[in-house]
Amino acid sequence: MSDALAIDVHGLNKRFGDKQVVDDLSLQVRRGEIFGFLGPNGSGKTTSIRLMCGLLTPDSGGGTCLGYDIVRESAQIKRRVGYMTQRFSYWEDLTIRENLDFVARLYEMPDRRRVVDAALERLGLATRAKQLTGSLSGGWKQRLALTACMLHQPQLLLLDEPTAGVDPNARRDFWEELHRLAADGISVLVSTHYMDEAERCHKLAYIAYGKLLVQGTGEQVIAEQRLTTYAVHSEGLSELSTALRGQPGVEQTVVFGSVLHVTGTDAALLAATLERLASRPGLRVERIDTGLEDVFIHLMKRSTDNYAGGRS
Amino acid sequence: MTLSGFSFARWWGVVLKEFLQLRRDRVTFAMIVGIPIVQLALFGFAINSDPRHLPTAVISADHSEFTRSLVAAMQNSSYFDITETLPDEQAGRDALARGRVQFVLNIPADFTRRLLRGERPAVLLEADATDPQATGMALSTVSQLVSSVAQKDLRGPLAPLAGGEPPFEIRVHRLYNPEGITQYNIVPGLMGVILTMTLVMMTGLAMTRERERGTMENLLSTPVRPVEVMSGKIVPYIVIGLIQASIILLAARWVFGVPFVGSVIAIYLAALLFIAANLTVGIAMSSLAKNQLQAMQMTMFYFLPNILLSGFMFPFAGMPQWAQWIASVLPLTYFNRLIRGIVLKGNGWLDLWPDIWPLAVFTLVVMTMAVRFYRRTLD
Repeated sequence: MSDALAIDVHGLNKRFGDKQVVDDLSLQVRRGEIFGFLGPNGSGKTTSIRLMCGLLTPDSGGGTCLGYDIVRESAQIKRRVGYMTQRFSYWEDLTIRENLDFVARLYEMPDRRRVVDAALERLGLATRAKQLTGSLSGGWKQRLALTACMLHQPQLLLLDEPTAGVDPNARRDFWEELHRLAADGISVLVSTHYMDEAERCHKLAYIAYGKLLVQGTGEQVIAEQRLTTYAVHSEGLSELSTALRGQPGVEQTVVFGSVLHVTGTDAALLAATLERLASRPGLRVERIDTGLEDVFIHLMKRSTDNYAGGRS
Repeated sequence: MTLSGFSFARWWGVVLKEFLQLRRDRVTFAMIVGIPIVQLALFGFAINSDPRHLPTAVISADHSEFTRSLVAAMQNSSYFDITETLPDEQAGRDALARGRVQFVLNIPADFTRRLLRGERPAVLLEADATDPQATGMALSTVSQLVSSVAQKDLRGPLAPLAGGEPPFEIRVHRLYNPEGITQYNIVPGLMGVILTMTLVMMTGLAMTRERERGTMENLLSTPVRPVEVMSGKIVPYIVIGLIQASIILLAARWVFGVPFVGSVIAIYLAALLFIAANLTVGIAMSSLAKNQLQAMQMTMFYFLPNILLSGFMFPFAGMPQWAQWIASVLPLTYFNRLIRGIVLKGNGWLDLWPDIWPLAVFTLVVMTMAVRFYRRTLD
């Protein structure tokens, strides 16, 4: 069933010097799926994406991207994949139209003028086509980058933190566009730090220190970790948070505005601890569904512990 | 410790940081050490404003004690190195045009006979005077040669010939630049220097700019091939190079009044080849350098031996053998000969060929290297 898979890689390894950046990464993305790629900074997300589109050569492991071998057939992959780099990588000393035109030429697109015109129209930048790209705001640059990397109608989009530094409105528009594309059968692998974006993905993977920790749908990821979470409404949450740390059953305390999330794997132990707490005046405790963010904080914390443990 | 707000601790922090960064920037470090060493070596040893051992050909229609003595005296003066003997005047002119020899000594058939009769005959010393600096000192010793030969060989019954007026004459014929005007030599030479400097630097920045601005990653993720990127980047600079060449040629002709003996088409074809050679160097450096600063430093490093050893600033023939070997891998050396040969000597294709093929080979080799250096991935 490899036809149904846009990305199918196994056991990818990449090290830079003595740092293992990607460690035995296996990942499957189905066609028409929006696949969220999460993990802290420096966890190997960018390197993984570069490996999948042939910009880097893996030390070991391999696989296919759109059915082409990622090591031997990178030229074929490049023709069919749209890659949006983390840092804006179009030419700031060219105008918007010149950038799109150049990209269209690189992909040898027939009927170039019409394609570029249509892209400008879709982008809503037809009137500013002659503006230098360097003078665009972050949000516009990001929209231009997305448009440019989709100009050659790729079957797979690899988006590396496309919405970093973009305002909420633009982010929402961006995600609506991604869902439209996915509905048209285009596969999307998108790395992000935002939880609301993670929740909009069909599938998720969490990577830390180069290792893939979980992958699956949002519900699967949450269920797999078997976490119990309580919300505590109270004053002085940060003192309470410090006080709760190290208490039986409490593995993680995170302040979300006026609410404190207390999470642990041992439901009974955690319930007992919080029952004692609930008797305090001016304090309200309720059990809530564990969210993705709780899960990711838990994963990050666990992998840090493991990493530190492995090192010592 | 503070001194009106100046913190030595902070200052020392900055000093340490700069040293740390410098130590990690290997190229800058290499330049700091390399440039003075290279400059010293070149200026100190290779460059000689009093060039000796200049290659000289002899065309002798007369073989006698006197002619042998004259040739020996020239050799002994250390300014002339007799490198070949040629059959006739035409062969002598060819050797001069191609720059194989700097001088041709022509001894007429009846020289000895007329000398003995006291008729004060003349020998002809033809000099390639394109570079007045190269021949000047050698030519100034010529009159002494006559008297040294006279004192050595004209003895006994011939002694009266040695007294009074010199017994024979060395007539010097300065070819190509008879007035010895330095600009005639310098201005065409400047063309090569300017093209080297600007073109290598501009193309050197071309690739590193992409890398520094992060656009390289984008370029690499598209289907575009290395050869397409490199040759594509070269084209605009070819045009720039030709414009520069034209400006210099116009200035040479109308501002400096350099006489144009040779064909303008030949000049442009030579310039085109030379531009291509420099652009491949620039592109190769650009692929090697990590950032624009390194590219600039590499340009300087390349530029230095080119300007010092190519025969632009100092006579090629005056340099020691090892310096000539270094110079013979530099494109500017060949271009200097080509442009001076065409402009001042009016050389034709046959004369130019020995300096054209090395340029073509250089360009091909460096382009191949540049394409191999181009990083296809981000590894």
